[in-house]
Amino acid sequence: MITARYHREIPQRYRLEAGRCSKCGHTSFPPRLICPECKGRDFTTVRLHDEGTLVTFTVVRVSSETFSQETPFVVGIVELNDGVKVTTQITDVDVDELKTGQRVKLVFRKIRDEGKAGIHCYGYKAVTA
Amino acid sequence: MRDVVVIGAGITKFGELWEKSIKDIFVEASLKAIEDAGVDHIDSMYVGAMSPGLFVGQEHLGAVMADYLGVNPIPATRVESACASGGVAFRQAFLEVASGASEIVLAGGVEKMTDGADVTEVLAAAADQEYEVYSGITFPGLYAMIARSHMEQFGTTREQLAAVAVKNHRNGAKNPHAQFRKEVTMEQVMNSTMVADPLRLLDCSPVSDGAAAVIVASVDVARKLHKNLIRVIASSQASDSIALHDRESLTTLNAVVKAAEKAYTMADKKPKDMNLVEVHDCFTIAEVVVTEDLGFFEKGTGGEAAANGWTSIECKMIPVNTSGGLKSKGHPVGATGVAQIIELYEQLNGTAGTRQVGGAHVAMAQNMGGSGASCVVHILEVK
Repeated sequence: MITARYHREIPQRYRLEAGRCSKCGHTSFPPRLICPECKGRDFTTVRLHDEGTLVTFTVVRVSSETFSQETPFVVGIVELNDGVKVTTQITDVDVDELKTGQRVKLVFRKIRDEGKAGIHCYGYKAVTA
Repeated sequence: MRDVVVIGAGITKFGELWEKSIKDIFVEASLKAIEDAGVDHIDSMYVGAMSPGLFVGQEHLGAVMADYLGVNPIPATRVESACASGGVAFRQAFLEVASGASEIVLAGGVEKMTDGADVTEVLAAAADQEYEVYSGITFPGLYAMIARSHMEQFGTTREQLAAVAVKNHRNGAKNPHAQFRKEVTMEQVMNSTMVADPLRLLDCSPVSDGAAAVIVASVDVARKLHKNLIRVIASSQASDSIALHDRESLTTLNAVVKAAEKAYTMADKKPKDMNLVEVHDCFTIAEVVVTEDLGFFEKGTGGEAAANGWTSIECKMIPVNTSGGLKSKGHPVGATGVAQIIELYEQLNGTAGTRQVGGAHVAMAQNMGGSGASCVVHILEVK
């Protein structure tokens, strides 16, 4: 991932910054220029709740080369308390005990190493709350 | 819009075609289609391809293929909509003839997936790169999350998913173009390697090379060539959130629902009027969800339908994926949408051999991209 691309996504990845529509109140993560609900174009920056519920998940056993040293790992969709859903790894869990509906919390973690230089890329992963 | 007819089809063997290049296979399929149609020229062409840039380092596929097919200087355009690229290329060719802008147009699709690229990474580019793929999710993983939701919400079972693979391999064994011309048993599917829980290897369509092409033309052209009039009576397309997590429901593919509604209206047909359907079974769960969203079965009962044999060739309900589907026939992603049209063309011409659905005269093809962010539906009728 090129430096500029990584840099501009830091507010979302590190601080969970989202855009709340001034017209209808819908929260978009990542922020968008046009609200998908009401087509409004005015937003205020808000931080997402970091706790939520596991909606669905899988155990990735065959990955792309980028993640091939990490398999198997769990990826799921988490619905945060403010209604926003995110795709994220679920970490530090016993997969046999993992269930949908489980309460989880997003934490700051290293996500991947990028390219030949192995640049560390950070972001959020979920752990059980 | 005026009526449009499919007058010719050509397809390569699907599989690991290591001795042939992306150009070789596209030209092979296109030449067969042109010869099958019996036309002496084409007015323009569309090339459906998902990611030749990442798979083989080649872009600008319209110009590349027009050059190697020896049809310069006609207009040649590459079309991309992830795994729906072929279906969307066919739709562009349909629209060009329907509008009256051209008389004879080639719609082709191609993908060369076994030339050494990291296929999992290339395919993942059809999802949201920044907010899905960044976390390591794969395409089997995305459909696995759909599968888990479907199983928990509706009680769909592992056995029901496996029944889709068993049925599609049974059909594909009868298809000379298929990558896997062999049947599989329920036990083989259930015991195959886990790829992304709960989906196993034999729930997944394979990595394939292949190309497919059809010729579409006006009714006037078809009549002069004494062709069966296999008309395209509906062509529709719809889109949805690119990220699976942004959808209201994980068990309904809204782009499929919307494209199907438009297609039924355009054709003035209902699901029960279809004699067969080719659906985008990139994973077994996809066939289950799509047969529901196309209106063939109530939401939540697609798995039961497959397990009860209601989608088999012999069944009078609705034969699904008589070609073997992506699962058994193979899934060279850009070629798939066109290959589905070819199965319809053969079935409606009565030339599908041991796969033939008796008396077939109306058939549907459903092709989608990513986890369902794009979908294209066609209905063909012989009349």
